Amino acid sequence: MDAGFIKEFFKRNGVGMGWFLIIAVGFWVVVLIILPQISMFDFSFRNDLPPPEIGGPKDVYTLKNYQYLIFGADGNPDGYNKTDLAVFGKTLLAAAFVTILDLVLCYPIAYYLGQSTGGGMARLFVLLLIIPYWINEILRAFAFRIIFGDSGVINEMLMVIGIIDNPIDFVRENIALYAGLGYAYILLMIFPMYNVIESLDRNQIEAARDMGASWIKIHRRIVIPYAKPGISSGCTMVFMLSAGALAAPQILGGPSSLWFTQIIYQWFNQSVNWPQGSAFAAVLLVTCIIIVLGVMRLFNVNMGDIGK
Amino acid sequence: MSEGVGVDLENVWIRFGDFVAVREANVQINGGEFFSFLGPSGCGKTTILRAVSGFLEPSDGNVLIGGNNMAGFGPNERPTALIFQNLALFPLMKVWENIAFSMEVRGASAGERRKRADELLDMIALSGQGDKLPSELSGGQKQRVAIARALCAEPDVLLLDEPLSALDLKLRQHMRSELREIQKRVGITFIYITHDQGEALTMSDSVAVMKAGIIDQIADGKSIYDDPATAFVASFVGENNVFRGKVKSVSKDSAIIETNRTGNLRARISSDNQGKLKVGDDAMMFIRPEALDISTNDTSSDTRIKARVTHSEFEGQSYHVFLEGTEGKEMKMSLINRGEDRMYERGKELYLDFDANQAVALPAGELASE
Ligand SMILES: Nc1ncnc2c1ncn2[C@@H]1O[C@H](COP(=O)(O)OP(=O)(O)OP(=O)(O)O)[C@@H](O)[C@H]1O
Ligand SMILES: [Mg+2]
Repeated sequence: MDAGFIKEFFKRNGVGMGWFLIIAVGFWVVVLIILPQISMFDFSFRNDLPPPEIGGPKDVYTLKNYQYLIFGADGNPDGYNKTDLAVFGKTLLAAAFVTILDLVLCYPIAYYLGQSTGGGMARLFVLLLIIPYWINEILRAFAFRIIFGDSGVINEMLMVIGIIDNPIDFVRENIALYAGLGYAYILLMIFPMYNVIESLDRNQIEAARDMGASWIKIHRRIVIPYAKPGISSGCTMVFMLSAGALAAPQILGGPSSLWFTQIIYQWFNQSVNWPQGSAFAAVLLVTCIIIVLGVMRLFNVNMGDIGK
Repeated sequence: MSEGVGVDLENVWIRFGDFVAVREANVQINGGEFFSFLGPSGCGKTTILRAVSGFLEPSDGNVLIGGNNMAGFGPNERPTALIFQNLALFPLMKVWENIAFSMEVRGASAGERRKRADELLDMIALSGQGDKLPSELSGGQKQRVAIARALCAEPDVLLLDEPLSALDLKLRQHMRSELREIQKRVGITFIYITHDQGEALTMSDSVAVMKAGIIDQIADGKSIYDDPATAFVASFVGENNVFRGKVKSVSKDSAIIETNRTGNLRARISSDNQGKLKVGDDAMMFIRPEALDISTNDTSSDTRIKARVTHSEFEGQSYHVFLEGTEGKEMKMSLINRGEDRMYERGKELYLDFDANQAVALPAGELASE
């Protein structure tokens, strides 16, 4: 950041607005993002001590919280903390599944919205997509529970049609959970893709069609490469948020299924062992970031393109 | 090359809801011909091209390519390739991949595609630039890549939608001759769309002049310019001085038009209208600026106009003298620079002569608005 840039910045925004932007963005980044994360990392390396001993001789850095996640409590006969690691792995897989589900569902919608000429219809459609988000996330989760319940609309319908005789336990099968999570993040998947696809010149598609390209070819060679930044930012958001979701797994998850965030929540709230919870949270965060960066690299997407 | 594949529009109507975009188009385009549609913005040129390429079906009438009715055939099933108004190169593919995309679609191997792309790159004088992205090329180079991409599909008919409109004047003029050159070399039919009359006249074997969905005239460039079929064509193509009046007397191929205040003027009747002008009809008479000359005679005549100079311009190869006729209407006279000073002062009265064969009498009609 050279002096010219700073001067230009103030010239463009005015002195008052310039300072406001710097202070507001600075506050947001430092106080609301960096400091909490740093203190969480700091916590994760500490012992769980009662308040009087904090700052005392026992308050030293330790790796035991991380050791616990991997090896379990001392004297664990398994050698590894199988329960927590299994939940961790299952959470990441489930988040990946939700992401792919949303991608498959949303790509055609985003393509339709982005390329359709009928402005009125498309706008109505977007509005229809937004309306459910006027309802609180937790209420929506409960609504899903009702819909997917034994005597919910879906079971009733299936039974009336005669496809099934007894209600399916969607909650136990985690179908309700995947549906709820997938539904919750649909917009986050659609909008980034829609934004990019909307700017794709329709003539490119027609040119490809003129040269005999099939629809699959057109999407594979023209639309998807073009939409890649949107696809990856949508996938990043959905993956991160699904892996970090708490309310939906809490409400819609089957009795046997636990989300990793629920374990973190238990450490913070029920066991009141913040350092242990912090270590779990740190591992989840770092793993998610590594996965996202790895996948981006695999598909050749630049970080800079994501903001587009 | 062989004879080439012709294109016929038979009584083609294209409607969007109630709006008629193309009205009763009848066009015969010969194989191997460079054919242009010329008309102002929004007159339906692109619409016609889309009907030929198969992106839309005419509401009525038939499109024939090589004598075969194309109804029901999609763009990929027609032997046409369309070059879009904005080129529509694929920005994320390299130049050579762009050029060979039609082969990729047909399943050609990368080696074959590369080879053909390199041949075409040579043809458009862009050898060795195949590995660039389209964004790394200049406007004229992109233009040529779009042509190569279309030619790679080996179409029988190449459709070009104002492909030069995004280029600056110099490049546009250069590309005109280049396009014509390419067309001669590949020998296929070119259908070219433009609102630039210079482009249409210099490149085409035939030109169709369109006005709001109607084709007014189809002829070669010289006939369009010298022998316009309607007042619209006369005023749209090139510059023209117009005089309104009524037909006073008429012979087989000439008429005397009685104007309100400029007196009687004699003009040739354009070939399409001979026999159609009757005494008493509303008529228009057109004289090109370059068909006017300064008279040494000041007696009144039906090939002489009296006017007063408003201002003069010097443009190197010619002088443009702007005058006000007795009608109060502005006229323009262009005189070739032969070394004499023709910068006439404001207010000078001049008599202008013209040759009745170079003046055209037409039925009164809508003019092209400037
Ligand atoms: N899909 C459509 N729906 C409704 N009207 C249309 C459609 N496509 C074109 N039109 C109308 O048809 C007329 C002709 O359009 P067209 O694109 O053929 O013009 P053009 O001659 O190519 O103009 P330009 O030189 O500006 O490209 C215009 O008035 C346009 O508004
Ligand atoms: Mg057009």
